[in-house]
Amino acid sequence: MSDKNAFEPKIIGFMCNWCSYRAADLAGTARLKYPPNIRIIRVMCSGRIDPTFVLNAFARGADAVMVAGCHPGECHYVDQNYKAMRRYAMLKHTLTQMGLEPERFRLVWASAAEGQQLAEAITQLVEAVRPLGPLHWSGNWEENGHRHEALESILKEHEAAMEVTE
Amino acid sequence: MTTTATQETTKTKGKLALYWAASCGGCEIAVLAINEKILDVAAAFDIVFWPVAVDAKVRDVEKMPDKSIDVCLFNGGIRTSEQEYMAQLLRKKSKVLVAFGSCAHEGCIPGLANLSSREEVFEAAYAQGDSTENPDGVRPQHETPMPEGPLYLPVFYDTLKTLDQTVPVDYYLPGCPPEAENIWAAITAILEGKLPPAGSVIGPNTTVCDECPRKRTEKKIKKFLRTYQVKPDEKTCLLELGLVCCGIATRAGCGALCPKVNSPCIGCHGPNDGVHDYGARLMSALASVIDSQDPEEIDQIIREGIPDPVGTFYRFSLAGSQLRRRKKQVAGNGVKRG
Repeated sequence: MSDKNAFEPKIIGFMCNWCSYRAADLAGTARLKYPPNIRIIRVMCSGRIDPTFVLNAFARGADAVMVAGCHPGECHYVDQNYKAMRRYAMLKHTLTQMGLEPERFRLVWASAAEGQQLAEAITQLVEAVRPLGPLHWSGNWEENGHRHEALESILKEHEAAMEVTE
Repeated sequence: MTTTATQETTKTKGKLALYWAASCGGCEIAVLAINEKILDVAAAFDIVFWPVAVDAKVRDVEKMPDKSIDVCLFNGGIRTSEQEYMAQLLRKKSKVLVAFGSCAHEGCIPGLANLSSREEVFEAAYAQGDSTENPDGVRPQHETPMPEGPLYLPVFYDTLKTLDQTVPVDYYLPGCPPEAENIWAAITAILEGKLPPAGSVIGPNTTVCDECPRKRTEKKIKKFLRTYQVKPDEKTCLLELGLVCCGIATRAGCGALCPKVNSPCIGCHGPNDGVHDYGARLMSALASVIDSQDPEEIDQIIREGIPDPVGTFYRFSLAGSQLRRRKKQVAGNGVKRG
């Protein structure tokens, strides 16, 4: 991070309590380095991650989102991470049509012992998103026409056009 | 209204306004679907502004005192500066503003144009259309200089907004269009002063499935099908047959009109209370019923079965969704402005 002006992506990571969050914890206690761009939100299970959470993160300024859970077949709640897998596929399909770059949304499986792997996945995600630049989704809603002028002029136009003066 | 007697009767009657922004006009007709009860409405309210049916001018509304209209039923989304102006004007003049129908509530079909930019919409309308002949590439201009003075057209926005993204809204009446009995129930509630808390969607808080007579068992889907690929029987749940029926995520109140006639619910009533994103809820529910644990097979089921995900999950609610529109090439692409 030598260049102060380099773009630092803000990444939201939804991680399950039993595997991925512990992997992140392990990475910390093992003093493994991973970029500080990720803000981790702990959920009980990757199956708890409603697509709403992901959309909300993007709408409110996240540059990328990572969803992380236990490896398939190793879910603490039997098979809920398969649900996460299907939701991820569904959401990715939709987000692609919405124009989002695929690099910005990622699913990772990391067991509680895989601190190293998770740290690498986070590093990879940051490096993949950095060249894309800020997402700044709410900027999509801004009007770039003459909205204010047009709105203000309407009343005056009505006064000029519709007032009958004798 | 020249005599005092008339003025006094007007005072006891409420004032009602109806307006039409970016919508198809179906909501205007839906108001008349309450049939002879429209006479009860006329008995209770003076219709002070309803461009489609009554001769009153915007200038008249501009001159009304603020909050002098008791109820305004506003249908349509906000696509132009003129519609935004009318939304602001009617908000200022009305005590109760109702987002009437799916367009005002969530953007509806006109909101699907949020998958395109203004330029793409103009290109389709003024250049690409089969019946379009526009060799000079003329596009609507906000201001056109004329010898008598400039002429103005409303500014066409890049992004269609819902009514509550534009002005504060008191109530929502869902549906495309709202069903007659629900309109009547809302009008009755207004007349009797029995309105729910401000900000409510007027309607039951349960899903279409609860009103659907079809039999539900456990859903396991290997393949999503299009309507032409299935001939549904009268009893089986349409989703179990593989059709993308949106009833599981959609607010009830229609009596499951579509599933009753073998057509899957397309979600016009929008979500129930507490759901922030209709499409997300639907994606979540549909993902749960896919019967596969293999990432590649899952991808294939989704890709082949749902070729137009935004049009399927957000058919009525793209403008009102959390992301609101497709990512633009310019403004939203990392360019922080202001």
